[in-house]
Amino acid sequence: MSEERYGDYDVIGRPMPKKDGLHKASGRAQYADDIAMPGMLHGKLLRSPHPHARILNIDAARALALPGVRAVVTGRDFPGIHYGNLPQTRDYLPLALDKVRYIGEEVAAVAAVDEDTAEEALERIEVEYEPLPAVFDMDEALQPGAPQLHGASPGNVSARSAYHFGDVDAALRLAAHVREDLFETQPVKQGMLEPHACVGLWEQPGKATLWACKMSPYVVWRQLAMGLGMALGDVRVVQTYVGGGFSGGKQEAMPMDFCAVVLSRRTGRPVKFVHTMDEVLTIGHMRHPMRIRLRTGTDREGRILAQDCYLLANGGAYSSIGGFSIFLAGAMINLPYRVPNMRYQAQRIYTNNGFCGALRGHTVVQICYARESQLERIAEDLAIDPVALRLRNAVQPGEVTPNGFRVGTFAFRECIEKVVEASGWRAKRGSLPAFRGIGLGCGAHLSGARLMGHSASVAEIRVQEDGTVYLSTGSTDVGQGVETAMAMIAAEVLGVGVDDIRCTRVDTESTPVDPGTFGSRVTLFTGNAVKRAAQEARAQLARIAADKLGVDAADLAFRRHEIFSRSNPKLRMGLKEAVRWGAFQLGQMVTGRGVYAAGDEKIDFRTGYGNLSPAYNPSACVAEVEVEPETGRVTLLGFWGADDSGFPINPLAVRGQVIGAAVMSIGHALFENLVRVQGQVMNPSLRDYKMPLATDLPKLGNFHHYNIVTEDPEGPFGAKEAGQGAGTGVVAALAYAIRDATGLPMNRLPLSPQNILLALMRARDAQGEAG
Amino acid sequence: MTDRVEISLQVNGVRHSLSIRPWRTLLEVLREELALTGTKRSCGEGQCGACTVLVDGNAVNACMYLALEALGRDVRTIEGPAQGDAALDAIQRSFVDKGAVQCGFCTPGMVMATRALLQDNPLPDEDAIREALVGHLCRCTGYVQIVEAIQDAAAKLAGCAERAHE
Ligand code: FES
Ligand code: FES
Repeated sequence: MSEERYGDYDVIGRPMPKKDGLHKASGRAQYADDIAMPGMLHGKLLRSPHPHARILNIDAARALALPGVRAVVTGRDFPGIHYGNLPQTRDYLPLALDKVRYIGEEVAAVAAVDEDTAEEALERIEVEYEPLPAVFDMDEALQPGAPQLHGASPGNVSARSAYHFGDVDAALRLAAHVREDLFETQPVKQGMLEPHACVGLWEQPGKATLWACKMSPYVVWRQLAMGLGMALGDVRVVQTYVGGGFSGGKQEAMPMDFCAVVLSRRTGRPVKFVHTMDEVLTIGHMRHPMRIRLRTGTDREGRILAQDCYLLANGGAYSSIGGFSIFLAGAMINLPYRVPNMRYQAQRIYTNNGFCGALRGHTVVQICYARESQLERIAEDLAIDPVALRLRNAVQPGEVTPNGFRVGTFAFRECIEKVVEASGWRAKRGSLPAFRGIGLGCGAHLSGARLMGHSASVAEIRVQEDGTVYLSTGSTDVGQGVETAMAMIAAEVLGVGVDDIRCTRVDTESTPVDPGTFGSRVTLFTGNAVKRAAQEARAQLARIAADKLGVDAADLAFRRHEIFSRSNPKLRMGLKEAVRWGAFQLGQMVTGRGVYAAGDEKIDFRTGYGNLSPAYNPSACVAEVEVEPETGRVTLLGFWGADDSGFPINPLAVRGQVIGAAVMSIGHALFENLVRVQGQVMNPSLRDYKMPLATDLPKLGNFHHYNIVTEDPEGPFGAKEAGQGAGTGVVAALAYAIRDATGLPMNRLPLSPQNILLALMRARDAQGEAG
Repeated sequence: MTDRVEISLQVNGVRHSLSIRPWRTLLEVLREELALTGTKRSCGEGQCGACTVLVDGNAVNACMYLALEALGRDVRTIEGPAQGDAALDAIQRSFVDKGAVQCGFCTPGMVMATRALLQDNPLPDEDAIREALVGHLCRCTGYVQIVEAIQDAAAKLAGCAERAHE
């Protein structure tokens, strides 16, 4: 696990600036909002002002009469086919038909010559609503007689997940110590800087093209075809540069995507939509707020005997990916610990709020917050060192968990030891001055999920006669640096430079089909496919060169654009020459195809059993804080994180990913909260929805992240995920640091000045009464 | 049309004669009239800094700045000629080399802010750098690599300036 290990390779394992970096830094990268086409119209969406209402009538006559307005569409202009992410949870429509279920839901769309005119036209569309009783709270939504959101889901239960491994009740009876806690988390937004944007174009006789900033263009492609009632072959989705995604609307087809295409059909012009930040923050797509009741039994030494979890998630008005969200929270409740008995019961509830889905770390972030906070409390109860408690329960490499995760490499112990040492934990814990505190948080994540639907990735490679390489995959670079990492893998195998690799962006007409970018799957899944494609191309080149040089193909090595014999390095030829010889003399194009299908194991979502991912990565972090008792303000003084992301293909990008994930979770812990009152978002602007700024974070000298390098046999060159796991333990580390500083239980997020001040005041009052 | 005004705007050293509606922001005019889309539109209300350009050398949020206010002033955007402009070039290079660019949506604004910062304060300490970024959101990087990139660019440019003096 030393630095030298990086050096065994020519290309991978070394910091590599992003291939598209200069393009972006010079303003030349074209994002969706940068597209301009001749005659292009601008679209805007009309949104419901009611949390729950029947639509009685929509009259667009006055809007259409406004000069510059070209067309208006409503739900009636679509075939009325529901679409969604999982077959059992298709509840989206392109535009509302007869009912709206949350404030901000799309009811009509207009196309006009410019944005101002489109905006003005919205005010002239008259919608007659019949307001219905609405419900915002999960408990109220579960009451008999509560307003019902979806006829197909009586009782407002949007999804359920339940499983049981071992015998929890028996284990809890035997436990020396049982603790039950309740934790509550808040809605948090993706917060990407680029608002959703798209351009739709309808071409005769019946073909729809959408340019959009999507993370999973093939998901959008299928959903678009479904909601439009069109054949897949008549729909084309072209990916633009993506200005940050973090899941959400860039993962799915959104109302704007459908409307752009249908308004283009109406008007014969391309139509562009761009959300304002107000819209981005008002519509659905956010992290699920949850209430997590966790009961854990341990022996006297703090060994975990059983975990029993009951979870409710406020899903909002639609399903999005929520069925998987609540499955995942339970599936990841144990990792990175050994838990012999586990039981999970969860419900996702429909309410008249903006809907929830995935966001970096998905639901692992919430569950880690609850579990880690409780482990700290258990350590207190039993007077055990919290570090020792974690190490005692740590899953070891090669273990199989009761729910069927086959853990491969798993340097959890090393992660903990690293952050404990780097942060000075031993010296600081218990000896910091008043209102200073330090906390530890741990977590784990998947390197891509094996889903029942589309899991496999494909890569295609063509080596050109000038030695450049075309690399085509269906994965998307959303800023995390996939393009560079994939190019590095291909370059390593073929013995060329990263600059020689030309990568494609997704165009559903030409790139290989792929599930897209989510769940930290790309480095492992697509990376393996790229490696195999490059190996196939290399084998072809080796056969050509072996023939020409009169050596055994197995004896050939590829380095620095040359193919040479290992046993007699004088026998060599240029890569280009081999390509030409193959093409010109043998009529052989050098191409490679690689597939990674994650094996045939699949997870059983009903029982919860199965090996959810090909690889798992643990992480640990320590946070040190100071709390200002007069204001409740928290200053993060230091942060030390460690993550086992396998072998770092591009250490520069891995560092950016782990730090980015950690900072996002710092925002989640300390500031971020989408405030809603009766379904109305009260802070739909970046002024009021607070995300971390450069000044909110520790200085460079006190902000460190360490890669614990392992080589996972499942990953390409041993790589695992890096973009999400590092953020999973962070919320708990902060919560505990604040508890350490103040003595307050931090069972409710965010740990904002208001909440801390309130808790401090309550504690003072309680003390006063007691005294 | 009666609601339009004729203006002349100097952007990146080039004069443009335009007919615009007087309430158009500099951001809208740059992106829509001049097709200079390197300046990004994100929050549209002065909170994120993605739209930062230089007006007479000062960093401003183009989304909060009327195009009319820029009359007679020198507007510089991310597309401004990088050749012969070692400062912009070095800053961009440092951003890329240090991993400060992820999705890149904040990058043009960050680069322009850095340019304004280094003009005023060629060797800023870390606090000064973080202060200068306070009107700039980046959701991807956590700012660490951005701060490092700015330090790197400052050091390189200071080195150049020193050599030029010798
Ligand atoms: S777009 Fe101008 S500050 Fe955000
Ligand atoms: S790089 Fe994505 S917002 Fe900064």
